[in-house]
This record gives sequence, C-alpha cells and structure tokens, in this order.
Amino acid sequence: MALFFAWMAGLIFGLGLLVSGMTNPAKVLGFLDVAGAWDPSLAFVMVGAIAVAAVSFQVSRTRTRSLLGLPINLPTARHIDQRLVIGSMLFGTGWGLAGICPGPALVLMGSGILKGAVFVMAMLAGMGLFERLERQKRPDSPGPISEKKAS
Amino acid sequence: MINMSHFTPLSALLGGLLIGTGAALLILFNGRIAGISGIVGGLLRPLAGDVSWRMAFVLGLIMAPLLYRLIAPLPELQIDAGYPLLIGAGILVGVGTRYGSGCTSGHGVCGLSRLSPRSAVATGVFMSVGFITVFVIRHLLGVN
Repeated sequence: MALFFAWMAGLIFGLGLLVSGMTNPAKVLGFLDVAGAWDPSLAFVMVGAIAVAAVSFQVSRTRTRSLLGLPINLPTARHIDQRLVIGSMLFGTGWGLAGICPGPALVLMGSGILKGAVFVMAMLAGMGLFERLERQKRPDSPGPISEKKAS
Repeated sequence: MINMSHFTPLSALLGGLLIGTGAALLILFNGRIAGISGIVGGLLRPLAGDVSWRMAFVLGLIMAPLLYRLIAPLPELQIDAGYPLLIGAGILVGVGTRYGSGCTSGHGVCGLSRLSPRSAVATGVFMSVGFITVFVIRHLLGVN
C-alpha cells in the first residue's frame, strides 16, 4: 500500500511538472531571464504547489504517524551553514546553465528525450561524487580512510 | 519586460496544484518529504527498508509522461543546451543539491510550505544564482 501511494505521489508530481511548464527547459530559462523577455509563469507554479503542500504539512505536524501508520519524517536540521549556501550556489549555477532541475530531469528522461537521459546520468554522477567525498570525510567508515591517507 | 506571448499563468497554477498534491500525498501517506534530489540521492546511499518507496516515487515521476500522452500530446520540451553544457550542468546540479540538502522541490516547494528558514535561504540562493547565471550567459556573454 505504501509503495502504491509513493508511486501515485510521484506520478501526480510528474504530471504537475509537465502541466506547469517546469519540464520545458526553454521556459525555465525564460523565467530565469529577468533582464530579457521575462516569462514570470513559473512563479505561479510555486504559488499553486505551496498552497496545497502547506496545508498537508500543517496537518502532518499535528500527527506522529502518517495515514498508513508510518513514521512522519520531517527535516530536523535548522542551521544555516556554508554547506547549505555553497551547495545551493552550485545547484543554481547548473540550473541556470541548462534550465533543468532534478524532478523535471527525470520526467524528461521518461519522455524518451536523449538529452534528458544524459542530464540524469550526469546528475547521478554528481550525486555519486558527493557520496564519495562524504565517505572520505566520515571517520567511522572503513575503506576510504586509508585511501585518503595514501593520496 | 514581461513576455506576454509565453505567459501561461493558468497552466502554471494548475501544474503547481498537482505538484503540491503529489507532495501532500507523500507526506500524509508515506510520511516523507517530496524532495527529488534527496529521494534520488538516498538511492545512492541505500539503507535497509528505505529503498522501495524511493524507487516507487521515482518510477511514478518517470511514468508521468506516459500517462500524459494517453490524454494529450506532450507539451513542448525544448532543450537548447548542447551535450557538454548539459553534462556540466547535470554534475553541478547533482553535487549542489546533495551538498545543499535539497532542490526546487525539497527546499522550494516543501521547505517554503513548512516555513523553514533554512529552506528559504537555500531557495533564495539558488534562485538568485540561477538569475545571475542566465544574465551572465545571455546578456554579458551574449550566448543565445
């Protein structure tokens, strides 16, 4: 049952991305081009999405378990640090270069667009690189530490 | 100056409502945040019992165009970037969203909906840098 709802959530989310125009990189770049022929449409995506999501988060805050009895995992991190800012800067640069963020990338791939699939592969490579760097930093992980000392 | 010929506030709003509904389903039924980069990134750091719901959500996202096509032809999906730029941008998006713990969905939609100051900062930063990047490319370097 939980898997069905997760699948359904992804499906509706993806349909929303398609309907909204978020999956059209040319339109996303038109939104980010405030100094050019600006297309502010995508601001309305945020308004619509937040209007619905805000209610559900308000409800979820009053509960300890989801409607399926699963634990509710709300983020607990509150600190604003260098990682957050630098990571978001890197993301913003990549987003501004191609007009594609992670959700739309997966939908573009699902649309059978080769460039979408290539972007997803590069994105996964980037995420894999992050995991590698993180593992090298963590002192309790076994293998990569000796690798770090050796290099 | 606003480009009125490309301005589509109604479909944007409707799409946004659907996106919000997807996020609402995931938190209300699965107790999870619909942050795409976090959901995908978690698959690269697999924990027991934490993989299948991620796979199911990602599968839903990837299948969305198939369902859409049953109802109507897909909307315009125009990627102007060439392959080298796409690959560079993809790597930046991958590293950046994991390092910054979120993307347009996790920080932008869910974080702002939860009134999280952390997500508000992240969203402000990636939006501003997105604006600056496009400004530099289109208006300073004169590409496109």
